[in-house]
Amino acid sequence: MPLAKRIIPCLDVDKGRVVKGVQFADIRDAGDPVEVAKKYNQQGADEITFLDITASHEDRATTAFTVEKIAAEVFIPLTVGGGIRELDDIRNMLNAGADKVGINSAAVRKPEFVQRAAQRFGSQCIVVAIDAKSVGAAEAPKRWEIFTHGGRKPTGIDAVQWAVKMADYGAGEILLTSMDQDGTKDGFDLSLTRAISEAVPIPVIASGGVGTLQHLADGVLQGGADAVLAASIFHFGEYSIAQAKAHLHAQGIEVRI
Amino acid sequence: MKKQIAVIDYGMGNLHSVASALMCIDDKLDVRVTGDARQIAEADHVIFPGVGAIGDCMAEIRRLNVDAVVADTIDSGKPLLAICVGMQALMQRSDENQGVDCLGYFPGEVKFFADNAQFKQNNQAARVSEKMKVPHMGWNNLEQTIEHPLWHNIDNAARFYFVHSYYVDTQPECVAGTCEYGLCFSAALAKRSVFATQFHPEKSHQSGLQLLKNFIQWNGTC
Repeated sequence: MPLAKRIIPCLDVDKGRVVKGVQFADIRDAGDPVEVAKKYNQQGADEITFLDITASHEDRATTAFTVEKIAAEVFIPLTVGGGIRELDDIRNMLNAGADKVGINSAAVRKPEFVQRAAQRFGSQCIVVAIDAKSVGAAEAPKRWEIFTHGGRKPTGIDAVQWAVKMADYGAGEILLTSMDQDGTKDGFDLSLTRAISEAVPIPVIASGGVGTLQHLADGVLQGGADAVLAASIFHFGEYSIAQAKAHLHAQGIEVRI
Repeated sequence: MKKQIAVIDYGMGNLHSVASALMCIDDKLDVRVTGDARQIAEADHVIFPGVGAIGDCMAEIRRLNVDAVVADTIDSGKPLLAICVGMQALMQRSDENQGVDCLGYFPGEVKFFADNAQFKQNNQAARVSEKMKVPHMGWNNLEQTIEHPLWHNIDNAARFYFVHSYYVDTQPECVAGTCEYGLCFSAALAKRSVFATQFHPEKSHQSGLQLLKNFIQWNGTC
């Protein structure tokens, strides 16, 4: 029996509340993060990802406090991303009870930060988050570039090459979000997921665009993802984690039930 | 008298999750996250965790005399649970960080998945959705190979949470459980009053909490 593919509900948290935007805008309240995390834990989520989208620095203390409360009650792995810029930010989140941290813009600004973080805390807790968008002409072979600052800022960096570099620098996992698909409910960008998954030796979490349970299965079977992440299909009660697992299991995908 | 549990702190990793998992099992436990030799000596049960690279872990273990503390704990016969890199530190040697000598309580070595011929061969033959990445990260089945008090009320082949790039290769008489990931590796070890897990019980939901509960109730004999 092989390793199970993971289903990861994602909590986008702003000032201590779970929110979910469509293409990084149009925010809708989805509850108290501690209650939401407990619910997913009970439903059999394999991990929980907590993305802090709070804009101001002062409100970040709330984040550490929330992470602490979740970690005291939820005994599955917890990843915290958003605003991780310094080694101290990583230490604070790990001390608050996170198992892994997601690094995005800070890695682009200074790739060596990922190296130093992996050396100091171990690759197992360093997740590099990549927001990628397809670029170039429709007829040309597909290419994706990475964007930072919640998808607002282009960088000109090729997403596949970047993923390979981050794995070389000691990232333990890639959290890959398609900016084209995020919030659309049209499914993952499967060619992007597959291109990155085949290029790196480390696990890849597919994210962005899940609207149906079949999208999750496609991410694994066609995209080659090791884990699939979704937010809104779980938050608003459309599907439970258990339903998602049953759906994947029926297609021969190994899951933890 | 409250039962005292010491979680050995040598500055490596997230020890709070072990402590909060213990508190969740039984809020009457006296759980101390500590590097103090006297407090560890006073405890009824000792947990030896570890995350990150073995080179840094062993350096800190030696610098802070945690090696002596672990040896004393083992000599005293009180139950010791080693987790993840804590388990690897109990082996003779690890291939990680260009080769590191470890504490040598268990015979055998710690090796890199992607260097193993069988792992490479199995991975080449795998379909895209079944390619095995390193680290081995996520929930995998734990085959219990012996009867042991720590397996009490845990289903054979229950899934536990793993995150590691190196695996333990030891003698069959030390193995308490195995796991498959491109090859069959030792995922739990047992010898006298010591039990060790490659997986993280504190992150393994019900099965993990049950294992910690079994550990707290264990008197260190088999």
